Amino acid sequence: MLNKNPLWKNLLILFVVLLAALYSAPNLYPDDPAVQISHESEPITEFEISTVTDALRGAGIEYFGDVVQDRTGLVRFRNLEEQLLGKGVIEQTLGNGYFTALNLAPTTPGWMQAINAGKMSLGLDLQGGVHFLMEVDMEAALTRRMENNISNIRQMLREERIRSRALNLVDSNHIEIRFDDEESRSAARALLRENFAELQNLNRETGGDFFLDLSLSELDIQQMERDTIAANKTTILNRVDSLGVSEPVVQQQGSNRIVVELPGVQDTAQAKRILQRIATLQFHLEAAPGSPTNSYTTYEYQGMMINVNNDVILQGDRVSNVRSALDQQGLPQVVINLDAQGGEQFSRVTRENIGNPMDIILSETKTRTVTVPGENGAMVEQQETYEEKRLISHAVIRAALGREFVITGLSTTEANELSLLIRSGALAAPMYFVEERTLGPSMGAENIEQGKRATYLGVGLVVLFMMFYYKLFGVFANIALAVNLLMLIAIMSIISATLTLPGIFGIVLILGMAVDANVLIFTRIREELTAGLSPQSAISAGFDRAFGTIMDANLTTLLVGIVLFSIGTGPVKGFAVTLMIGIFTSVWTAIVVTRALVNLYYGGRQVKSLWIGNYI
Amino acid sequence: MAITLRQFDFIGTGRKLSVVSAVLVVISLGSLLFNSLEFGLDFTSGTLVEVGYSDSVEVATVSAALEEAGFENAQVVAFGSDQEILIRMPVDETVSEVEMASQLEVLGENVMTALQAASSADVELRRLEFVGPRVGEELAESGGMGILVSLGMIMLYVAVRFQIKFAVASVVALIHDVILTVGVFSIFRLEFDLTVLAAVLAVIGYSVNDKIVVFDRVRENFRIMRKGTPAELINASLNQTLSRTTITAGTTLLVVIAMLVAGGDSIRGFATALCLGISIGTYSSIYIGTTVALMLKVSKEDLIVPPKEGAADSMP
Repeated sequence: MLNKNPLWKNLLILFVVLLAALYSAPNLYPDDPAVQISHESEPITEFEISTVTDALRGAGIEYFGDVVQDRTGLVRFRNLEEQLLGKGVIEQTLGNGYFTALNLAPTTPGWMQAINAGKMSLGLDLQGGVHFLMEVDMEAALTRRMENNISNIRQMLREERIRSRALNLVDSNHIEIRFDDEESRSAARALLRENFAELQNLNRETGGDFFLDLSLSELDIQQMERDTIAANKTTILNRVDSLGVSEPVVQQQGSNRIVVELPGVQDTAQAKRILQRIATLQFHLEAAPGSPTNSYTTYEYQGMMINVNNDVILQGDRVSNVRSALDQQGLPQVVINLDAQGGEQFSRVTRENIGNPMDIILSETKTRTVTVPGENGAMVEQQETYEEKRLISHAVIRAALGREFVITGLSTTEANELSLLIRSGALAAPMYFVEERTLGPSMGAENIEQGKRATYLGVGLVVLFMMFYYKLFGVFANIALAVNLLMLIAIMSIISATLTLPGIFGIVLILGMAVDANVLIFTRIREELTAGLSPQSAISAGFDRAFGTIMDANLTTLLVGIVLFSIGTGPVKGFAVTLMIGIFTSVWTAIVVTRALVNLYYGGRQVKSLWIGNYI
Repeated sequence: MAITLRQFDFIGTGRKLSVVSAVLVVISLGSLLFNSLEFGLDFTSGTLVEVGYSDSVEVATVSAALEEAGFENAQVVAFGSDQEILIRMPVDETVSEVEMASQLEVLGENVMTALQAASSADVELRRLEFVGPRVGEELAESGGMGILVSLGMIMLYVAVRFQIKFAVASVVALIHDVILTVGVFSIFRLEFDLTVLAAVLAVIGYSVNDKIVVFDRVRENFRIMRKGTPAELINASLNQTLSRTTITAGTTLLVVIAMLVAGGDSIRGFATALCLGISIGTYSSIYIGTTVALMLKVSKEDLIVPPKEGAADSMP
């Protein structure tokens, strides 16, 4: 019984520890507050940067690390106040056409960034900012879908000369058609079955009238909800971009809610206005060559300049459904459905324009800050709204198009992206705020301070206790604890988890509980010594016997972690992630790292007694 | 073995203490029934404003200023120091949720104007929160669900890995821990918010760990010790694991107390719940879980040694 690890095992442990150290290291480099500069069409050049830095020097604002990268410019500042002042100066200097955004620039060395070693981001409670929970009005989305169906059905019945007395939307998922006689109803039913496959229909007779009830199946409704929330999320992502927030979080929560977290944002009213804005979608034809210049607008599309006729051939609200799919050959395509009126309008225009390209334009209202001369000659900041129009599709019309048509010749990614963009302009359902939290920046700093204090105090006490109680073995356990913390931080950084105050306390709590595995092993070793085993045998028996217990105990805790994760939201979820990662790292470090240290010290030699504290 | 550790009679004491526990559980349930819980904003929904004063301020002054400005329903409490004030406003039934959310900034500004006008010190808006009524309801639902699902999964795991009697015993002890912890929050009107709920779930995680360690030793002793009644064997197991049970509870309590002392006000509820839960959980691991197992008449026959376990015990 030599208690020696083979060399490869020790090297492997060392390798894992070094890896953990490497991937947790980026957290030691705090981000610099910075301002990012871009222009609506031109790349930023050294010239603009030098203009900006001259102005900053003139205003007495300290800056550093000014660079041009990827068509944008970046200037770093010493602290958050100078960053805000600096942003004002930069805006004044550059004027219209330029965008400035507050940013957090990483300070990690280049080689760390090259191996994707990033850091945990700080939650709102640690840096201040605003948290919104937005609910998508699925009821409204469903109603709109059914109203669309009603207008289509009405037109189709008219075309087929089927007489109906009334056609109503009873509630959001129930269309009722009333007929005078059985024949009209069965004719209508056959027609609807063929053309509106998604609608389930049921006959009903009341008071001598013949009714047909139409509704969407549960499955179709779920699909619609999934599409709607995806569309709304895209819309929000687009809008959040325009707010110039450095690390926004936009996440779906449950089936109908979206969490939006905007760190550093203090003007919540403006953020809310922007988030609730509605995007619109328009279909245009390409301008014929030689058209008068005032009849078209030029857009950039995949590197080409395209002249788009200003006449709108179809408005986005005529779109009733969009999805990306595969055609018979398995090639990606985007399928667009229009309502009856839209289909009619569209077929007329496209019939006359076969061979010409059709363009889809997405326009969104955004806000920017401009500096204008005020009453007393001083410059004042003002919010100004502007419309941003983007050409999202440019495709040739191959045939006269009707209520359903497809856009092809796209890659899978492009098809998905295009269908999302069209949805965000056409299908996004109304949203409202169901939860809102704003935290001032001083609050964040205070929370970090308190988190740090409690961590140092708690971990310090545990470390002292272990050393006092288990002597040398306590030192081994403490080294394992340090490795545990390192691994925990490394894994959380790799998955770029967000660190919140409950998250910090989760880590502290786990470190308190983590020594449990070592306590189990050490008490077992002491017991074996008491029972008269030799030191070497006691070490071996202690680790082996405690193993099963440690596994059972931690697996049940892991179960609780899984439950917490699957039902929890926001902070509870973060806490659960920390708990689960912590269980793995604790078990590994307590069993493997401690054993390696014990073996290194005691292994392979004659040992008379173990320095593990008192035992009988 | 000439010298042994002093043996405590946990089983005898456990029988008496389980009566005490039963009484405490009844009291807690009674309080929960009649007193309910002092739910935080996460569950009750409504609006919360936290402000910081540059100088100390009286709660009464703030209340008066708010009342004058037309916020009659505002509930004002000092939060931590006498420079920090927490203002809670319940959901106004007459206003729709959509409208409440859109008016939040205006409300925040109005509160700030009213407070600034009534005070010579500087007032700073530190936190402004709004939780809609349905969000709160759903949260309470999913929280209760989480506790139930956790207990169910633990029961299943222990039943498979150990034996159904141990599963029932550990879940009974865990329910005891949860009820007493939440009961203290109810009796002393401590605020029960989302972080406290997370702490209660963490307590389940900690406490089940504790019980498994004890039962693990019981199982081992049932298999290796030839002599002794179940009560004697369980008592021996408790004595053997006692040092580990207390030390782990001790180190965990050390960090929790550090949180309580240095963690600030926003974490107080969380740390209090953990502190209570870990203490109660440790107590029930020793006395309640094992007593229940004995009441269910666990015996050696319940844990007949499968042949492969004997092989695993031999040294590599």
